[in-house]
Amino acid sequence: MSAAEWEMVVGLEVHVQLKTRSKAFCGCSTDFGSAPNINTCPICLALPGALPVLNEKAVELAARAAIALGCKLHPVSIFARKNYFYPDLPKGYQISQFDQPLATGGSVDIVTAAGAKKVGVTRVHMEEDAGKSLHDKYPAVTAIDLNRAGVPLIEIVSEPDMRSAAEAGAYLRTLKQILQYLAVSDVSMEEGSLRVDANVSARPMGQSELGTKTEVKNMNSFSGVERALDFEFARQCALLERGERIVQQTLLWDSTRNEARVSRTKEGSHDYRYFPEPDLGPLVLHAEWLASIKAEVPELPAGKKSRFAEEYGISSEEIDQVTSDPGIASYYEGVARQSGEPKAAANWVMGEVQAALNATGSSPDDLRVRPVDLAQLIKMIRDGLVSHAAGKKIFAIMLEKGKPAPQVAMEEGLLQVGDDSALAGWIDEVIAEHPDEARRYFAGEKKLQGVLVGFVMKKSAGKADPKKLNQLLMSRAGAG
Amino acid sequence: MAVTHDDVRHVAELARLAVDAERLDHLVVELNGILRHMDELAKVNTADIEKHVATPIDSTPLRSDSSGPLQLALPRESFAPAMRDGLFIVPRLASHEDGGERTP
Amino acid sequence: MKTTDFTSLTATAIAARVGSGGVAPSDIVKASFARAEEVRAGSDSLNAILWSDERLSVRDADSLAEGLTKAGKGGALAGVPVGVKDNIATLELPTTCASKILAGYVSPYEATAVMRLREAGAIVTAKTNMDEFAMGSSTENSAYGTARNPLDVTRVPGGSSGGSAAMVAAGITPIALGSETGGSVRQPASFCGIVGVKPTYGRVSRYGLVAFASSLDQIGTMARNVDDAALAMEIISGEDSKDSTSSSNVVGSYRDQFVSQATSPAPLEGMRIGVPEEYFPESLDEGIRNACLRSLEALKSLGADIVDVKLPHSPLAIPVYYIIAPAEASSNLARFDGVRYGARAARSGSLREMFAETRSDGFGPEVTRRILLGTYVLSAGYYDAYYKKAQAVRALIARDFQSVFGNGIHALFTPTTPSTAFSIGAVTDPYEMYLSDIFTVTANLAGVPAMSMPIGRVAGLPVGGQIIAGPFNEALMFRVAYALEAALGPEAHQ
Ligand SMILES: [Mg+2]
Ligand SMILES: [Zn+2]
Repeated sequence: MSAAEWEMVVGLEVHVQLKTRSKAFCGCSTDFGSAPNINTCPICLALPGALPVLNEKAVELAARAAIALGCKLHPVSIFARKNYFYPDLPKGYQISQFDQPLATGGSVDIVTAAGAKKVGVTRVHMEEDAGKSLHDKYPAVTAIDLNRAGVPLIEIVSEPDMRSAAEAGAYLRTLKQILQYLAVSDVSMEEGSLRVDANVSARPMGQSELGTKTEVKNMNSFSGVERALDFEFARQCALLERGERIVQQTLLWDSTRNEARVSRTKEGSHDYRYFPEPDLGPLVLHAEWLASIKAEVPELPAGKKSRFAEEYGISSEEIDQVTSDPGIASYYEGVARQSGEPKAAANWVMGEVQAALNATGSSPDDLRVRPVDLAQLIKMIRDGLVSHAAGKKIFAIMLEKGKPAPQVAMEEGLLQVGDDSALAGWIDEVIAEHPDEARRYFAGEKKLQGVLVGFVMKKSAGKADPKKLNQLLMSRAGAG
Repeated sequence: MAVTHDDVRHVAELARLAVDAERLDHLVVELNGILRHMDELAKVNTADIEKHVATPIDSTPLRSDSSGPLQLALPRESFAPAMRDGLFIVPRLASHEDGGERTP
Repeated sequence: MKTTDFTSLTATAIAARVGSGGVAPSDIVKASFARAEEVRAGSDSLNAILWSDERLSVRDADSLAEGLTKAGKGGALAGVPVGVKDNIATLELPTTCASKILAGYVSPYEATAVMRLREAGAIVTAKTNMDEFAMGSSTENSAYGTARNPLDVTRVPGGSSGGSAAMVAAGITPIALGSETGGSVRQPASFCGIVGVKPTYGRVSRYGLVAFASSLDQIGTMARNVDDAALAMEIISGEDSKDSTSSSNVVGSYRDQFVSQATSPAPLEGMRIGVPEEYFPESLDEGIRNACLRSLEALKSLGADIVDVKLPHSPLAIPVYYIIAPAEASSNLARFDGVRYGARAARSGSLREMFAETRSDGFGPEVTRRILLGTYVLSAGYYDAYYKKAQAVRALIARDFQSVFGNGIHALFTPTTPSTAFSIGAVTDPYEMYLSDIFTVTANLAGVPAMSMPIGRVAGLPVGGQIIAGPFNEALMFRVAYALEAALGPEAHQ
């Protein structure tokens, strides 16, 4: 058998940091980048006698995410202790959820070259983050910073529904976009507010039962996840080709070497001894509270896309671009509505606006050209008050000066001249200066019209409105 | 269910307790002695006990996100065994040691 | 005044005198320290006190005095010296749980119960000896030496709150805080001939109580009489936003009825008191049985109906307790890893060795035994057979109490312990030691309030009688105890 005859089976565990001001079980700040261990208290230092108290906001954000992923939220869920020793795990256990999680049974719709499919979401549960172990800061010792210890997380566990690295990538990008729309997290893999562990196995094409899986951790980007999956799948295929067995183990991805190495964990040390957390009661979600959370869930990417297709009739490529993030989407919608030109609005947002955002790295909200201003510019172009080329100049000036389009057009003398007497004047001069071309044109050599228009445009330094100019010439030719 | 030497070695490993050979023998005897009495629980019919929760309280209270941190009356340095630049210091662990054991 | 004049006073009497400006708090505190000297409460004899600092306590007394002259009146415990078990967090004095692993550890925050005592005017004068991490029934498991029973220094004071019991019994402080997971306040109270109270689970905040078994732990009060024990309990009771398991149930007055009761000929009229047969086995010591029977007669004479009841699952309490408590303990004690606080084994090479050496050096034999036992019953393959099963049987034990209290029984009366204080070193088999909590553990498993009070003596050693009430019925429990105490009179101490 060759690799082509093996099928990749992937399930993903995604940990997402929730955007709260204080930690999950204590009042310490979740601020990123404070001095080491400044954001710690008796509770998150696990001092003897300290006790956890659950953060309401963390529950709210976790529930919002679970609802958006189509999960069933359980009216009663139970916190459990996951026991293991690690120097940045202060209590010697992580408060998590085990056999009675917050929510179960959702899904995420993804699209790849292979087509559209649903990826099942097994469960969404709440837990707390660990601290940071700095292994390379000092020689011979590891330094522990507990500012992150106790920051609220949700763990989103998928079904083993993905069959390729591309599908895994699509799942992650779609998931990230949904969480962005929900504003429950910064979802930045770079800053560690989103972390991915992958369970991979290989099986002969057409076989229904799953092969032995391995777990791959330590990826720091979506493309890293894709590369790690392809690497591990190839490794497993090679073993299976040789008739060897896959060992259930954990591998750590090395993004610099582009390879996964087996972690040094002793096997059998994975006995977390889960039991219900006796310092907390059950988490009880009342129906009316859940209803209020449901009501706060904003329009999600999928819904927005179909609505844009319907209301603005732009292409699916254009829709994908103008809905890439919630800020862009609402900016586009403002321009489209106020200009009444959804197609032009899309072109501007994908072109000039996106370029401006990339250049400044700023968000649509703090762009100096507000949707109403861009809409006005688009209308001026539509009405022939400025040329498209002039429009781009005007936009650039609006960006830096923050002035409205008409004022810029005026000050920069970029308004097109559309009034007949001015145009007639220029036409007379051109006829006088080029009698030969003029005579042949009026004699019926229609192809010379372009030439004459060119002369006038030149004379008017590009300000003449070409549409009107052509009309005038034709009417004179008709008269002549 | 008799506790073996391997069982005690395994749980000692899980609990990060160093147990020497001769202490191990005693512990095997002691734990079996205690657990023997536990086996009578197996005889009790608990069929009608629904899923238990650990605490008698029926719903855990929720804290406001803006409730500030609890203060420390003493600096962390006063109780930390080893600290440098505000960081707790422990013997170096290779960055991947126990890596598989943690999934925050 | 001579020290003994103060040390014979009740907490209420001291607070009254201090509040009225009759005596300076610092004189009370100095008298308490003098008394500790006199009875040799230190490691040279009773070994009831682990940590104390007269200078700090006198300073607190003086600042209290200033407050008094400003406020013109004192709190309910104004100037009352109190001992606090060493597993309850106090500022300035160490909090070591009588363990080497916390040697020299001073908590940077204070337990809610201690804060409430101090707000009422009490002055912490000592951290008291205990079984390491409250794991024991004799205070022989202290890393800082065995505590002794002031009534017979060859015998144990009981445990794990043995230091607090000995301190109160020796007249050093009228009140002390202890903690219970399975009888650790009531059993030593019984051995030392004083009153010990374990409230309803959730009645007193656990914030600052170093966790042993979170679903069982409660802070309790110890005193020489029912009134002082009730007063201290009333002060530390109530909801605390820092403890998710503390109850929002309102705390009524525990002592209002005492006064009216004192004058009534039949203060327990209409009260139905149950006697569970499981708590009076054939094997029960005759002297203890007779003391209990005398108490039941007294209760009858006070107007109560005595009713035979059954708590059929109570005999299973010890096995259930010794699965659940060690399981929770194995997790609660994982934080003692030498990383952030406490002792760290210095010779450690790798991190793994540092963990193992720190914990093996720091924990004594009983703590090690229970951590291993608890880890075992939670480990893969055994969870259902042990931990899950034990929780289910625990529910049956609790159900027995619900049905008794649900069927018109107001309170239960039993012996507190199957024996009186035993000799130091007499009990060596762990399980035999566990059995000395056989009558007390059920109240912890069921979460109901219970207390022990002196009801007589056998061969000069105190016998404790136990009163158990329904959840949050502390007031009723104290009413029964107060009436019985008055009825028995000095006989309770003979
Ligand atoms: Mg997790
Ligand atoms: Zn904190």
